[in-house]
Amino acid sequence: MSVTLEQIEHLHRRFKQISGDQPTIRKESFDRIPDLEFNPIRSKIVRAFFDKRNLRQAPDGLADEINFEDFLTIMSYFRPIEMNMDEEQLDHFRKEKLKCETSQETPAQGSPVFEGGLHRHPAPPALSLIPYICILFHMYDSDNDGKITLQEYRKVVEELLSRNPHLEKESARSIADGAMMEAASICVGQMEPDQVYEGITFEDFLKMWQGIDIDTKMHVRFLNMEPIAHCH
Amino acid sequence: MRQVPLAEGLLVLPAALAQEKSSGDHTAVSGPHFFQIVSFKWDHVQEPYIIALWILVASLAKIVFHLSHKVTRVVPESALLIVLGLFLGGIVWAADHIASFTLTPNVFFFYLLPPIVLDAGYFMPNKLFFGNLGTILLYAVIGTVWNAATTGMSLYGVYLSGIMGQLDIGLLDFLLFGSLIAAVDPVAVLAVFEEVHVNEVLFIIVFGESLLNDAVTVVLYNVFDSFVAMGADNVTGVDCVKGIVSFFVVSLGGTFVGIVFAFLLSLVTRFTKHVRIIEPGFVFVISYLSYLTAEMLSLSAILAITFCGVCCQKYVKANICDQSSTTVRYTMKMLASGSETIIFMFLGISAVNPDIWTWNTAFILLTLVFISVYRVIGVVIQTWVLNHYRVVQLEIIDQVVMSYGGLRGAVAFALVALLDEKKVKEKNLFVSTTIIVVFFTVIFQGLTIKPLVHWLKVKRSEHREPKLNEKLHGRAFDHILSAVEDISGQIGHNYLRDKWSNFDRKILSKVLMRRSAQKSRDQILNIFHQLNLKDAISYVAEGERRGSLAFIRSSSTDNMVNVDFSTPRPSTVEASVSCLLREKASSVCLDMQALEQRRKSIRDTEDTVTHHTLQQYLYKPRQEHIHLYSRHEIIQNEDEKQDKEIFHRTMRKRLESFKSTKLGINQPKKLNKSHKRDRGQKRRNSNAIPNGKIPSENPVQDFTLKEKDVEFSDPEENYESLHMDKGVDFLANVTKQNCTDATSGIDNPAFSADDDQSIYMKFPPWLSDEDSVVPSQRARVQLPYSPNNFRRLTPFRLSNKSVDSFLLADGPEERPRAFLPETTHM
Repeated sequence: MSVTLEQIEHLHRRFKQISGDQPTIRKESFDRIPDLEFNPIRSKIVRAFFDKRNLRQAPDGLADEINFEDFLTIMSYFRPIEMNMDEEQLDHFRKEKLKCETSQETPAQGSPVFEGGLHRHPAPPALSLIPYICILFHMYDSDNDGKITLQEYRKVVEELLSRNPHLEKESARSIADGAMMEAASICVGQMEPDQVYEGITFEDFLKMWQGIDIDTKMHVRFLNMEPIAHCH
Repeated sequence: MRQVPLAEGLLVLPAALAQEKSSGDHTAVSGPHFFQIVSFKWDHVQEPYIIALWILVASLAKIVFHLSHKVTRVVPESALLIVLGLFLGGIVWAADHIASFTLTPNVFFFYLLPPIVLDAGYFMPNKLFFGNLGTILLYAVIGTVWNAATTGMSLYGVYLSGIMGQLDIGLLDFLLFGSLIAAVDPVAVLAVFEEVHVNEVLFIIVFGESLLNDAVTVVLYNVFDSFVAMGADNVTGVDCVKGIVSFFVVSLGGTFVGIVFAFLLSLVTRFTKHVRIIEPGFVFVISYLSYLTAEMLSLSAILAITFCGVCCQKYVKANICDQSSTTVRYTMKMLASGSETIIFMFLGISAVNPDIWTWNTAFILLTLVFISVYRVIGVVIQTWVLNHYRVVQLEIIDQVVMSYGGLRGAVAFALVALLDEKKVKEKNLFVSTTIIVVFFTVIFQGLTIKPLVHWLKVKRSEHREPKLNEKLHGRAFDHILSAVEDISGQIGHNYLRDKWSNFDRKILSKVLMRRSAQKSRDQILNIFHQLNLKDAISYVAEGERRGSLAFIRSSSTDNMVNVDFSTPRPSTVEASVSCLLREKASSVCLDMQALEQRRKSIRDTEDTVTHHTLQQYLYKPRQEHIHLYSRHEIIQNEDEKQDKEIFHRTMRKRLESFKSTKLGINQPKKLNKSHKRDRGQKRRNSNAIPNGKIPSENPVQDFTLKEKDVEFSDPEENYESLHMDKGVDFLANVTKQNCTDATSGIDNPAFSADDDQSIYMKFPPWLSDEDSVVPSQRARVQLPYSPNNFRRLTPFRLSNKSVDSFLLADGPEERPRAFLPETTHM
């Protein structure tokens, strides 16, 4: 299942709504979506739209404004998983991703997500989710050093929990610490006394997702174009 | 004279009077005219006695089944129970040739079914359930109607062809039979699928279908039952329309009743703070009332109690204290599992009754064929439709399991037993067919489904520890998805869930949840809390395993305060660990009130334990003397007395501690009161502590201290003082141990300087620099256990450096907080 013309048309309409009939979207444009207001990680999500890593333009930096094509690129991350994506291709994709994460190379040409073949092999869940995991990773790794440091992690957790008015920052922070520790123990195992776990790399990040059967949790299609857009 | 025991004499006074003559004979007398010390009144107790016996037999049978792992791994318990029932039924039949024990619809629907369904609802994984609700509803409604219609029609068609011979039966009877045999049975599905462990989505679809199709079954059954009663000729189109309307009334009405009662239940549990002991009762009684109310209004009772459980679980679990929560959990499981056992056994027993057997090979075989075939066809068609709308496609394999998992069970049997023989002439044929179908699906399909699942390599569900990262990412993901739906401008599942959770947070939770519970009600927090708990418990357990029992014992009650054990004694640590491991998900109560109360109770036990020691070791401050005792006696040589007392006590204590160090025995905590009292003053003085002769820091001690520090910094709530007391308590022990160990090198402790000791006593280490902590000698040898399996704690315990690397950002003063947050205490 790929993005159909119809879907693109729908997205284009939506794009124009958000941009106010401009050719590009700026960050402020997202303020026009009232429902987004309550999202605790709103700023991070909006930022993801302008992240050049997600846009596959540059390994670094933020775009000021995005056009429709960029918008589509981001949205395409959230298409239903190519369940029939071949394992090799996924593996290939993963390697590409790893390469671009670890050695800061330019991202692979084209869009690996779209390369999903038509082979009928159910892919292992962890692999088929890589596009989403990528976005998530980029969201966490705000300074783009290929690592989610404790600082970054804490910020995210704080934001995530910010909807609960009773929770203090302290607890959010300690949760982040706990999570970091957990990550360290998953990825490094037993730590040497003087060993320092600097942060979660993309590889570690993937490792943590292993065995998480997230696609059973996603029982809805991400981009279901059937319902008519509700205009605000 | 004769000796009539008082109680009996009072009870049977008239009888005793009448019995005047036969004095002295206590046993041989029988008959109404004599007083009996012992009488055999079987008739009096017969009914409850038999019930209790059956329950006992069923439970014992369960034990026996599980003696052999080989058997239970291959054969599902339900099948074994049916066979056992057949066997027992045979014995009973051989004994008195009457089928005296059968599964009556009344007992089944009123007593056996509700616990099972309530259990299912109360522990329903809500997110999964509502996420797949559309799919479940389709299967439950359309699928059941399809099954009922096709099975009934096809049987009628075959009947017309004459294979079945002559039966007094019409189309409506066939449809009635179809409607009762069509529904997948929740009891059977649960019993079999719980042992198979297919993946969650598959399970929830099959199981949800079996629960929700009740409304359809009830409606179809009632409609056709009344149609049969009216006679085929009198059924008009209006009646059919009424039937369809009644479906909506029954299902939505049942759901509504359930939700109303769930609301009520949540509201009630919000105010049970002072009646903790009957808290669990509310859960059962109110849910049961929802069932009965729905039954009374002839709505779908199963739907009512299911939704009551589903809707209330979040609020109830937050409101009730965790002892109650444990009680509810275990009681519910016990009732459900007991009911299930009894149901299957009695299904077997009920079958041993020649009166109900009417054999019609064609009818029975064809029924079996039709229900299987139409189930498969129905599933395939519906899945084909559904797959257009689902992200996670239902694969062929899933469809096979779903079709194969269409087990029929006791609901069908109870419904068929309800039929009126006068109206439905071939009731016995229906009954026997239903029994065969139930036995076939439960035994044959139940037996083969496991190998099938293996052979098809169906994705299995894995039991995994909850991971903090997983939860965090999952949460982030949910937000991203709903944001994307917002941005792309569509109303999807995530959009709705987001709106719902907003509504829930803003209004529902405020109304239905205790204020203290609202605070801590966050899944991520929950998981975090649980993980912390687990670590702490394994930390203690590991300590115990490594043999430093003294450490454990000395900190017994304090450990509990930190760790929130539900068991008050350290000796049951193992038990609570396994408890915790077993419970696995959620439901750790973070209720302030509960904790406070528990703390109180812990304190009580602790008080009794330490009372003696306090008496022994604490010399009473003068003011208290003045208060408590008459002045006149004490005023004279008070100083002298006190000095003497101090001397004696110190000496005794030293000797004791010296002994205990040698023997590895630790004294109960002492000095806690005085520590508490003097805390403020000591804090002021704490800088003055000489720490010259103190060995370098020890990670374990360090760790404990941090934990404590957090407690001190806990700014919350008014039980802080209690809390502090605990912390002080514990540290007093540490101190105690430290100093005893420090002095133990000296042959005769009495020779050591007095002030040496008192310095330590006065200035507990948590007030001083961390470096000043004295690790006990024993601790140096045994305590720094850093077992490999403590994942979260490991970095702390193994190395301070790696911890530093995490926390450097905040500077050293943040260190203590970073580890154990106040959430632990909430």
